[in-house]
Parts: sequence; structure tokens; C-alpha cells
Amino acid sequence: MSSKTGALPNDYAAFPDANGRFGDFGGRYVPETLMPLVHELDAAYRAAKADPAFKTELDSFLTHYVGRPSPLYFAERLTAHFGGAKIYLKREELNHTGSHKINNCMGQILLAMRMGKTRIIAETGAGQHGVATATVCARFGLPCVVYMGAVDVERQKPNVFRMNLLGAEVRAVTSGSATLKDAMNEALRDWVTNVEDTYYLIGTAAGMHPYPEMVRDFQSVIGREVREQIMAMEGRLPDAVVACIGGGSNAIGIFHPFLADEGVKLIGVEAAGQGMETGRHAAAINGGRPGVLHGNMTYLIQDREGQIEEAHSISAGLDYPGVGPEHSWLHDVGRATYLTATDLESLDAFKLCAELEGILPAIESAHALARLGDVARDIGKDGIVVLNLSGRGDKDVATVAAHLGMEI
Amino acid sequence: MTTARIDKRFADLKAEGRGAFVAYVMAGDPDLATATKILAGLPAAGADLIELGFPFSDPMAEGPPIQRAAQRALAKGMTLKGVLDMVRVFRKTDQTTPIILMGYTNPLVTWGYEAFARDAGEAGVDGIIVVDTPPEEAEGLADALDAAQVSLIRLATPTSDDARLATIVRRTSGFVYYVSVAGVTGVKAANAEQVAPHVERVRKASGLPVAVGFGIRTPEMAAAIARVADAAVVGSALVDEIAEAVEMNEDVTERVLLKVSSLAKAVRGARVGQKATV
Repeated sequence: MSSKTGALPNDYAAFPDANGRFGDFGGRYVPETLMPLVHELDAAYRAAKADPAFKTELDSFLTHYVGRPSPLYFAERLTAHFGGAKIYLKREELNHTGSHKINNCMGQILLAMRMGKTRIIAETGAGQHGVATATVCARFGLPCVVYMGAVDVERQKPNVFRMNLLGAEVRAVTSGSATLKDAMNEALRDWVTNVEDTYYLIGTAAGMHPYPEMVRDFQSVIGREVREQIMAMEGRLPDAVVACIGGGSNAIGIFHPFLADEGVKLIGVEAAGQGMETGRHAAAINGGRPGVLHGNMTYLIQDREGQIEEAHSISAGLDYPGVGPEHSWLHDVGRATYLTATDLESLDAFKLCAELEGILPAIESAHALARLGDVARDIGKDGIVVLNLSGRGDKDVATVAAHLGMEI
Repeated sequence: MTTARIDKRFADLKAEGRGAFVAYVMAGDPDLATATKILAGLPAAGADLIELGFPFSDPMAEGPPIQRAAQRALAKGMTLKGVLDMVRVFRKTDQTTPIILMGYTNPLVTWGYEAFARDAGEAGVDGIIVVDTPPEEAEGLADALDAAQVSLIRLATPTSDDARLATIVRRTSGFVYYVSVAGVTGVKAANAEQVAPHVERVRKASGLPVAVGFGIRTPEMAAAIARVADAAVVGSALVDEIAEAVEMNEDVTERVLLKVSSLAKAVRGARVGQKATV
């Protein structure tokens, strides 16, 4: 399907429309049982968004519980190493629970409580969103069930244990390919079964409207802070903003406040897995085509028949065959550029960041780091590049060790 | 005109004073040859209408039985084109039993709505249920189906209030499928007493016959539903028979059609001595 959007919008930030569409992408492709709930959620979110008390409450928790604002850090040694633009890292890995995921979870749990919901469900891939959800559920005393693919449960054991410590029940999903997409199917099946009391806390800027918009709004705190911080430190906006893309919540969070600034290049990095040419990747935009999954029209990795194919990435957090609908649209209208990085390139970037900056990045964020040198050199010496360091890499040390042929 | 088959079937059954038995099977489960034999045998075994699932890799509203049926079918290479071929073969011997396809949006998006609706109509499909295309997203599909004279069958659910029902029944024809429980297929059990007032509500809102499904497993339950609704749909319980027969190395076709017979018999006897409710 080709895009019918054609002309560039006057105001990128005006999307989605009332039907949850970003051009052709987005929408609400869910079973009828869920439609009234999706409308209810939409209405509740509009009301919360318009309520200053909701913002005050959220901001207070973001400051005192999450630890915002996160620093914007001049990465002097990475800058020198690449020999191009000045590199700044947005330190989302310093948030409570170790990634950007908590920004969204805090917003949604406050919304769930406003709606009178008493039970929280979530899906998780790497476990970062699961941990962040379990954390806010513990903080506010709500029962929490996290669906996680059985394959991911196996490769992310420390996060499973963290969720259990936080009081969440982790349900291993064995259906389908037993990874993130199947965890999302199972969470949707739970929601359709428990319509009275349950709030589905989706972790990425995908799924049915209003989730892509809502998750983006809650994550946009990242980009808003970057604007203020870079103006204070450099007196001008950056030339490029770089972020990794699975579903794309950290990327849309840092991109969105810059959409109207055409001089700021927005660069997403998808997971190329073992290489785009092998077909074993998780790059929906670069290696897929538009279709419908999990409630929205978006780029998907799928076969000729429209059956969804398994994604492949060293990073459980990027191992998803789709991408948020706003990214699909930003790609089609040309406002953002989507590159790829392989497993091996990301491992090299992981080591580089550890050795030069003393920061273990999440293997997800390492995908963005893997393209950072190209971007910095392309922008050149007088330029400024901001990279969203969306999570910390402690959870990945076993994976990295295994790939380096070491045992720990 | 293909949609006429559904209307005629319900009108005939109304005249007979009984509800319809609707059998759901997954196209290509456990393999194309067996599924074709099962499909051909359904009318004689007592299926008044047939729902033919078309497999999707990520069926978010299905419980484990139909999830596994879809996986079995896909593993054997079932395609949407193959599903229409099955219908074509069926129509060579049966011109009267309505066939309703049931599945998910993405394979249809891949084919293209207009081309698919035309090809489905030509193959002898009477209606289609697309589980993850609610009215909000259905305009393009509904236009294509109208042009091909294939019915868009909508789902109404326990979460559908009267305002929502008005939205659901717009642009629908043939019948309305009432989902008896909030949940996925084949897990919770339907309760005829609780379902009855909802069936009445849906009938009033739509002016169409109402079929009830999700959670009907036994002849007794099917009969109870057929007393209050225009049709009882059984899917997961039939699919389970297929799975078990494969596992036990039994004759799959014989076993599933035997189950269909017992369910159909119960539905046919359900209103004996009872005045027609429609």
C-alpha cells in the first residue's frame, strides 16, 4: 500500500486525527468487545490531558520518584573518537528502573487510577517495560500481571526476578513464536476477557489509538528537556537527534518536540539483526511493508500472504515485527530517516561506549550508538548531535558475554 | 446474488420453527485434503450455515484451540487463495448452504479489499467476519463487499450498549453474530439465560437474525442457545475434535462430522413443543 498523505502537513504535531490516524497509519483495529473500552480510554485520556491537576501530579512523581530531569551529557571522548559533530547523550538510563520506560508507566498508572481500574496488565520484551510497570504497580498498590514470551523469559532472567521481587506475576507466553508479539497477543486476550476491572498498560508507542499518541505524549518529556538543556548548554538546537527503534517509544519521545524544527534531523535506528540481506532482522520500516497488527496499520515484517513473521534481534527490546504508526508516517512523509544496525555493530558500539564513556548502554540503545559515528561525521565538526541513551546495559551483560564467547 | 443464500436459509428455518446450527472449522486444518472433505460433509451432518476460518499468525481474539488450528493450517501451507479454492470446490456440490469466512484483517489488506471481495463473491462466499475490523475501520472493506454483494457480518458483544449497537448494525447484513461472553473463543462458557435479553436487544437494533457463539461446547448448551437465538455457533469444540483425532491417529473427518451431527440434532430438537420465538 502506498501512502495517500502526499503533501507535507503544515503541523506535524497536529497528528493523530480524531480517528487515531497519522496519514494512512494508526487506527483502532481491535475486536468489538474492546471498542467501548478503547473509546472510554480515549475520553479519559483527553480529560486527564486537559486537567492541570493531572499534570501537576505526574510532574511531581517524575521529579521525586523517577528522578527527572535526566542529564544531557557532553560525551567528550565519543566526540573525539568519531571526529565529527559534538555528541550529547540524553541519560534516560539514569531514570529509576534504568530506562525511559518509567516515564510512560507513571503517566498511564495515574490515568488507570483516575479511571477506577484495579488490575494492571502489560506485555514486555526485554523486561524493561515489565519492570517499570511492576514498579509503579508496587508503588500504588495495584496487582500486576506481565506477559512475556517464554523465549524472552529465558534470555532475560534477571528482569523476571526483578518483576517477581516487585510483586508482579510474570506469565510466560508459549503461543506463536513466544516473543514480544505473542506477549502482546496474550495481553490483548487477557484484556478482552477481563473488561470490567483491567487496565492494559502498553509499553510502546504502538497498538490501537489512543496508545500511540498517549505513550508519545508521556515520553515527550525527553525531547522537551533536551530542548531546554541544549539551549542552556549550546544556545541552539541540535543538528540531529538519534534514537533506536523497536516499537519506537524512546525515539518518538525525543523526536516529537522537534517535529516542527525542520533544521533538526531526526534519525531512527532499527535492528538489522544478523543483516538485512539474511532476512533475520527486526527492521519493520526498512524491511517490511504496511499492514495491520495489534490494533494499528503500520509497517510490519510479514510474508507475501500477510502472515506476520518472526523478528530477529540480539536485543529483546527491539525484537518486534512492527513499529509505532507515527514512525511509519514520519518515514513516508520524509520527516524522519530510518537507518539500521546489525547485532555485531551494536555489540561493538556497546563496548565502545563502555570503554570511552564509562557507561554500559542497553543493547537496544547500542543500536543507535552504532550509527552515531556516521551521523556525527556527516553533520561535521561544527554540528551538534543528541543521542537518546534510552536504557542501561546491566541487564545485557550475559548476552554480551555469550556473544564474546565468555562465561560469567 | 450470493447474500440471498443467508436470507433464504434463515427464512426457511424460521418457517420450520427451529434455530440454525452453525459449524465453524478452520480452512486447511489439519491439512487441505482433510479440511476439504470435512467441509463437503458438513451440510449432510446437519450444519445449516458454515463459518470457515482463514488462518492468521496472530489471532488476538482466539483461545488456544483456534490458535493451534490456525498454526496447523499455516504449517501445512494454507493461503487465503487456498481458502477460496476450498469454497469453489464446495460450491460444485452445494449451492444452498451459506459460507461465512471468519478471520483477521491483515491477509485481506495484503490481497486488497476490492480484489478480495470480488474473488470471494465469485468463489461462492456469502459473508465475512473480520474480527479486528470494527465499524470505525470498516468503510473501505464495506464498500468493497457491497460492490461484490458479500455480507459484512458484525460482532455484537456483552460490552455493546445500545448506542454502540446502533453503530455496529450500520452496513451489516445477513445476520449479527452475538459474542456470548467477554473473552476469547472457546474458554468461558455461554449461559443461555444471560444471553437471551441481549439477543432480543440485538434483534431489535438490527432487524436481522442473531447467531450466538463463543463458549458453546456441548449439545445441551447448543440446544439452550438455539431456544433463545436464531442460530448457535460451535467452533472450538469442533476444532478440538480435529486436534484429538489427529493425535489419536483416528479418522479426522468421521470424528468431527459425528460431533457436528450430535450438535445439530440437539439444535433441531431444541424447540420441539415450544412456540417459535422469532
